Amino acid sequence: MATQILMPALSPTMEEGTLAKWLVKEGDTVSSGDILAEIETDKATMEFEAVDEGIVGKIIVAEGTEGVKVNDPIAVLVEEGESADDIAAPAPAAAPAEAPVAEAPAAAPAAPVETVDAAAPDYPEGTAMKTQTVREALRDGMAEEMRRDDTVFLMGEEVAEYQGAYKVSQGLLDEFGAKRVIDTPITEHGFAGVGVGAAFGGLRPIVEFMTFNFAMQAMDHIINSAAKTLYMSGGQMGCPIVFRGPNGAAARVGAQHSQDFAAWYMQVPGLKVVMPYSAADAKGLMKTAIRDNNPVIFLENEILYGGSNDVPDLEDFTIPFGKARIWREGSDVTIVSFGIGMKYALEAADKLAEDGISAEVIDLRTLRPMDTASIIKSVQKTNRLVTVEEGWPQGSVGSYISSVVMQEAFDYLDAPVMTLTGKDVPMPYAANLEKLALITTEEVVEAAKQVTYR
Amino acid sequence: MAARKTTKKPNISKEELLEYYREMLLIRRFEEKAGQLYGMGLIGGFCHLYIGQEAVVVGLEAATEEGDKRVTSYRDHGHMLACGMDPKGVMAELTGREGGYSKGKGGSMHMFSREKHFYGGHGIVAAQVPIGAGLAFADKYLGNDRVTFTYFGDGAANQGQVAETYNMAQLWELPVVFVIENNQYAMGTSVQRATKSPDFWERGAAYGIAGEAVDGMDVLAVKAAGEKAIAHCRAGKGPYILEVVTYRYRGHSMSDPAKYRTREEVQKVREERDAIEHVRELLLTGKHASEDDLKEIDKEIKAIVNEAAEFSKESPEPALSELYTDIYADA
Repeated sequence: MATQILMPALSPTMEEGTLAKWLVKEGDTVSSGDILAEIETDKATMEFEAVDEGIVGKIIVAEGTEGVKVNDPIAVLVEEGESADDIAAPAPAAAPAEAPVAEAPAAAPAAPVETVDAAAPDYPEGTAMKTQTVREALRDGMAEEMRRDDTVFLMGEEVAEYQGAYKVSQGLLDEFGAKRVIDTPITEHGFAGVGVGAAFGGLRPIVEFMTFNFAMQAMDHIINSAAKTLYMSGGQMGCPIVFRGPNGAAARVGAQHSQDFAAWYMQVPGLKVVMPYSAADAKGLMKTAIRDNNPVIFLENEILYGGSNDVPDLEDFTIPFGKARIWREGSDVTIVSFGIGMKYALEAADKLAEDGISAEVIDLRTLRPMDTASIIKSVQKTNRLVTVEEGWPQGSVGSYISSVVMQEAFDYLDAPVMTLTGKDVPMPYAANLEKLALITTEEVVEAAKQVTYR
Repeated sequence: MAARKTTKKPNISKEELLEYYREMLLIRRFEEKAGQLYGMGLIGGFCHLYIGQEAVVVGLEAATEEGDKRVTSYRDHGHMLACGMDPKGVMAELTGREGGYSKGKGGSMHMFSREKHFYGGHGIVAAQVPIGAGLAFADKYLGNDRVTFTYFGDGAANQGQVAETYNMAQLWELPVVFVIENNQYAMGTSVQRATKSPDFWERGAAYGIAGEAVDGMDVLAVKAAGEKAIAHCRAGKGPYILEVVTYRYRGHSMSDPAKYRTREEVQKVREERDAIEHVRELLLTGKHASEDDLKEIDKEIKAIVNEAAEFSKESPEPALSELYTDIYADA
């Protein structure tokens, strides 16, 4: 009987893609393993193979179509003698086992959130803006710094010819050549050490970890070799290096590929730790990180890569470390977060507003140095604090913030500080359990109501 | 250990021989003094002495040119003295004083000198190996023809990151000489108890890296091998491995119980293969120096070491404000 061919999910976080090219036409006979089409995701162009054998009865989605949702029917496969019309209206596909689409939205808000920076704006008022994804902003930040300084180079697994495992380094090989965009063997411990040596030797390496989960193999060089040497050398031997890559959970990739390392790195004197949420911050902070004379841990997020925001269209846009951004001013409760946690914080603030609770939302942007002054200032106004992060509870970023607020603003608190985190478990694979393990917008809403006694 | 490849009638000047003698003696006397100061409680923590291995660094340093780099492990005092760092600054670092190379904040295992192109002083076994390859990477990237000597021991040679580094160094043809100082013992574990493939230099073959073993108790043989290795790197042929077979007379660190080898074994090496005695003989038999000349040198060296020891005691401890400096470089 006729079967529908559905738009496949080709990565854990894919929601839609471009049907770039059909390699079969109606009437062709295909068997399993034949390549049917080329599908372009935001990460790569991939070939899509037939699972069943049959005759291509009908092509539903023409090649070149963008934004084809995962699991939408794209063609119909029929058996000898059948017609494609045997399938009447395309029925909704059977629930796919993969990609919990609803749980992994491109996190940047679709509609630009009202952004207010109470302290000082990152760019002059009236600056022209352009819409970019976080992925493009990171790439542009690196490219601009590579143009500016010949000693900056990028090394890591699949950064060059593959154009980046998550397409962040797309186009850099073409512009800068193989001398400065270097594919490494799969050898995290080794190439992290080579990067540190190159930094001692006068270069400014950007070392990409395909994900920060793999950087655990390189932890010794990050901490012992990169972070501590300036101190151990009495100030002689600095290590200007950026370690960057996606951090935290993607979607359905299991316990070993889903850890948020923010709290780990934040603990280490000698390191600077950056964890941007928006595209503008990703670019401005990346440029600052590359120019910094210290080792910088730059924690990106796979789910955020595809989110778009306005990025100032300036020749040289940088954001200083240690300066939080107030996304939304409010008077009843302060919600502090960073990285993907901001998604939940901002969504929660919207919902709280519907209930008449005015939340102030602060994006820390850098965890070390940390702009605790902005948190304190906000707490002095709202008298309530909720922190939001994806990592684990014990020794979390939130518990540090909580201790600082207790010591420096105890008298301003009208309720205990709530530190919201991921659950205290290795990340499960099952869709329902994963959903349960992650922090949710509802939990943030609940916590905010709790501390405002509503 | 490999039999000494007797140095062919050394085609070497009196001045050079005297220079090697002086430098090896400086390291030995310096280390003996460090051992004393440790015993007096003036040096704390870990202190790994280089006595017995002097010919390795002195021979290899003789092969280097200005601008070549070196990086090593925690057994680093000899390397620093051999590349021309000031004995006063090294000793004052051992005593944790302001006049030390790291202002007293690094200690025995962590000293550096940009001026002398000495990149540490690394306390995690084998961590200096990819770092050394990275230094060579920088030189190649910058287009100069400098070479990096990356020293590590027979113990470090079994670490995974050494294999990772060999692979990348050969892949990218980095100008790095991997110097394996095989002193027979990784802490208290002999080579035979740690590996079934004790010819460490041969492991390079798996990656296509050329190399050889050399008698590390013969400073002239070491220098000749170093020159060959450097020429290989400067010619753009990629890395080279030198396994320098040597012997550590003292314990792994000051707290070594010395239960893993016999006193006789150590004594035999001292009597039959000592690197300094070897040069002393060459000097005397070649009539390059008299006993009196050598005594004069001994006196000079002793004076330098005593001066370093005095400095290391007199130099004040770092100011308390130093606790919070040098954590970050100016952005």
